Amino acid sequence: MHELSIAQSVVDAICERAAGRSVHSVRLRVGALTAVVPEAMRFCFDLAVEGTAAQGARLDIEHRPGMARCRSCGADVELTDPILLCPCGSADLEVTAGRELQIVSMEVR
Amino acid sequence: MCATCGCSAEPETITLEQKVLAKNDALAEHNRDMLAGLGILAVNLMSSPGSGKTTLLERTIRTVGQDRPVAVIEGDQETLIDAERIRRAGCAVEQVNTGAGCHLDAAMMHDALHKLDPEPGSLLFVENVGNLVCPALFDLGEGGKVVIISVTEGTDKPLKYPYMFAVADLVIVNKVDLLPYVDFDLEACRRHVAAVNPGTPVVALSATRGDNLEAWYGWLSSRSVPGVAATPGTSPLR
Repeated sequence: MHELSIAQSVVDAICERAAGRSVHSVRLRVGALTAVVPEAMRFCFDLAVEGTAAQGARLDIEHRPGMARCRSCGADVELTDPILLCPCGSADLEVTAGRELQIVSMEVR
Repeated sequence: MCATCGCSAEPETITLEQKVLAKNDALAEHNRDMLAGLGILAVNLMSSPGSGKTTLLERTIRTVGQDRPVAVIEGDQETLIDAERIRRAGCAVEQVNTGAGCHLDAAMMHDALHKLDPEPGSLLFVENVGNLVCPALFDLGEGGKVVIISVTEGTDKPLKYPYMFAVADLVIVNKVDLLPYVDFDLEACRRHVAAVNPGTPVVALSATRGDNLEAWYGWLSSRSVPGVAATPGTSPLR
């Protein structure tokens, strides 16, 4: 349940930046190759905001697909998990996207 | 008008564009700098519960500890059992109990480092909480990540827990002394590791019987911090 630690990190960062204002919503960018489960993230976020300036804040999650470039055939391949395999049969792939785990923005009042 | 409370304040959007784990990563870098300054190689050992991490550590301490100071940070949800085993093997140990937590993070590592105060030039093992999911995400500031599986766990573990195997610098397959009794395909396991982390070395060994431990000691030696006071000795780490 690492999502709880991650949610706690998000709440710490946004409350610090909000500097006393209340946080209305938060936008996260979560790559498909990060081992972060959006449903678990939402559940944990709602727990982590309790009693903070972000209590009741809405969590928006921007999904990023996993992408890799095949070093054998040059194709750009979408990855749904971290198993590196190109349709051409090569396993020599370089991951180019999908490892993002970022706080994009937030709305405060 | 505000939909939540009816006030007239317009929301202001603040752009952050920062990593969620920025604080952890910054503290991990601090740990890394501190360890480098002391010439300490820190190795983060991760596995599911029962793969033989503590047994491998006991054996390693008894062998390499003769020539080089070894220290251990033990992560477990509860109890001091593993810390006591390590202490009996003859080295300094700091137990971190994470309680409900499922992994160690850079802050826990930082606190433990200060309490443990390892000798310069030592080899520091961090035995992470037994878990093949969560510890993969948290940089501790270590110099290498080692993932251990045992032959009693199943050949397909690297495919079932790809995130963990993707971050490994070394994969150890432990308990090879049990290979005659279990259905475990070592070559298939190597292929599965390569599928999620191409080029990562796989060392098959037995921590209880002692098979192929030289390969493990050789890897440790290859990762050791260059420039550390190296006095003549017989340890494979030197």
